[in-house]
Amino acid sequence: MSETLLYHQALNRALDESMAADDSVFILGEDVGLYGGSYRVTEGLYAKYGEWRVRDTPISEGSFTGLGVGAALTGMRPVVEIMTINFALLALDAIVNMATKIPFMSGGQFPMPLVIRTPGGVARQLAAQHSQRLEQMLMNVPGMRIAVPSTPQDAYWQLKQAIQSDEAIFLLEHELLYFSEGTVDTRMPPPPMHRALVRREGDAITLLAYSRMVLLAEQAAHRLVEMGIDAEVIDLRSLRPIDWRTCIQSVGKTHHALVIEEDHRFSGAGAEIVAQLTEHCFNDLDAPVGRVAGLDLPAPYNGRLEALTLPDTDRIVDAAVRLLEE
Amino acid sequence: MDRARFHALLRDMLLAREFEERAAREYTEGRIAGFLHLYPGEEAVAVGVLHAADEADYVVSTYREHVHALVRGLSARSIMSELFGRRDGCSGGMGGSMHLFDRERRFMGGYAIVGETYPVAIGIAYAIALRQLPEAVICFFGDGAVNQGTFHESLNMAALWKLPVLFVCENNRYQIGTEIHRHSAVSDVYRRACAHDIPARKVDGMDVLAVHEATLEALRRIRAGTGPELLEMKTYRFRGHSMADPGSYRPRAELDAYRRLDPLRIAEHLAAQTYPDQAQLDAVGKDHIEAFSDRLQQQNLITHEELDRLRQSVQEEIEDAVAFAASSPEPVLQEAWDALNCNRNGEVMI
Repeated sequence: MSETLLYHQALNRALDESMAADDSVFILGEDVGLYGGSYRVTEGLYAKYGEWRVRDTPISEGSFTGLGVGAALTGMRPVVEIMTINFALLALDAIVNMATKIPFMSGGQFPMPLVIRTPGGVARQLAAQHSQRLEQMLMNVPGMRIAVPSTPQDAYWQLKQAIQSDEAIFLLEHELLYFSEGTVDTRMPPPPMHRALVRREGDAITLLAYSRMVLLAEQAAHRLVEMGIDAEVIDLRSLRPIDWRTCIQSVGKTHHALVIEEDHRFSGAGAEIVAQLTEHCFNDLDAPVGRVAGLDLPAPYNGRLEALTLPDTDRIVDAAVRLLEE
Repeated sequence: MDRARFHALLRDMLLAREFEERAAREYTEGRIAGFLHLYPGEEAVAVGVLHAADEADYVVSTYREHVHALVRGLSARSIMSELFGRRDGCSGGMGGSMHLFDRERRFMGGYAIVGETYPVAIGIAYAIALRQLPEAVICFFGDGAVNQGTFHESLNMAALWKLPVLFVCENNRYQIGTEIHRHSAVSDVYRRACAHDIPARKVDGMDVLAVHEATLEALRRIRAGTGPELLEMKTYRFRGHSMADPGSYRPRAELDAYRRLDPLRIAEHLAAQTYPDQAQLDAVGKDHIEAFSDRLQQQNLITHEELDRLRQSVQEEIEDAVAFAASSPEPVLQEAWDALNCNRNGEVMI
């Protein structure tokens, strides 16, 4: 049963199916109900499931995310939508101090079947307060699980898996992916939620990316082929945990690795990936692991400058070629 | 108030005082570490409130929660073991003094970031309301916690959706060392609830019967679906904020004045009253006789011998709890990993 869906439609499908199957699933967030969601992810669900299961909240990120935590303690499966990751900063206490700590601090007594969905990333000229990535902040929190779907298929799979999990899952979406199109098979059994997938096989260099950067890595790989360089593209799909085995296997074959991330370079996800690959693959590597990352600048409003702060295919291709020349 | 019920209230207050004073001693002797926030002076609040709760109700508490847990029915053994950091503690030695949990008794935890109890409480209440169950959530917080954003955020949502929450402010007048008039423009916490149309009142938090009755009434309405309410318990802590705080910022006279209002002494005194003679009734005046008579029904609730036996039994219970905690094994590191991954359910991670 495969069909072509937009990313936001795939998320909507996952929510709808999950809510139909289990009445402990409910959605809450700003404008998720009557309005249908800022990115249309919850469209139609308010009419179908009613206000108690699709709850429009006031603008109180800290407390409605905490509400999700409290409800999850009783076995409910709340799906909290935070309109953008920038606003999740107001909910960090609920996420970091509560959701990831309560099962542990209680000695393992309580479930935490909470899903927090939010888009991150740089969209189009939304300026510094609405263009952050922030995934690296959550990566350092034990008990946190972060899924980063890059395709409609993964959006569908990973959201359904997250809702079924009894652990707190942070589903990091991307504002520029909501209207990307892809094939979604609703029958095929999904891979484990945190498994990395090889999107393109190759033997010259491993391009490691997540979220929207996977699309850029694939485009770069096509251009590299024209230059006679056969690149392998790995979609991490998860930032905590990270599927090291898939990464290490690939580097064992290509002997070169380039990490592509939209987040700021300093202390971003790439820093951890480089460190791990260096520890595990030092003898396999013919060159230091490279990084193409966002500049260490807040996003400028000006469109031309904004683009300069981000990785693009040119920069990925250049970095890959230079890395192979070393 | 029947005798058995009164004895239960008084015994829990005595047990609470004994537990906390013993914990202080164990801390001084180095057997309890970390932060230790003690409750003496505030016993009437926990006991009066929680004796009004049903088994099906939920309790969300702060970091000063040993007594809430104790009155909720967690054993002194399991709480003392948790303070000792041992495997038999109610949180397996992973939480400590500030993070007592007991899922079976719906004791939903001690939270040590000020202002966290509100969102947890409204979340549980949301689940109750969604499932249309006749249950309520009791949400404790201190006077210092009412200036966190979550207070107004959560009260707004609770009122908006008529969630079954009883907000209980333990107003002991100090946020650590800052007196309430120096941290709050409006020092009557109950008055803040009117911003959200939440019924609220203040209660003498040193009088266990007053606390108990106010809570019973509020919970009856809340379970009937009329929405959240707030009770402000005027109380006082006799010790510092924690064992690390000598509490020297408070004037001696203030402390002495509150010590005369010791809730344990008040309760014992109430119980020991004898029936007044005509001269006393005349002195009170006709208009007050009815109110006075209500109180008189509480007379002769306990004899000196019974009181001695209660004291003896709580001492034995705490002595036993300490011995139990001291002999409970330390958890091993694998148990910490198991606690972290307790909800993995055999899922393949990668």
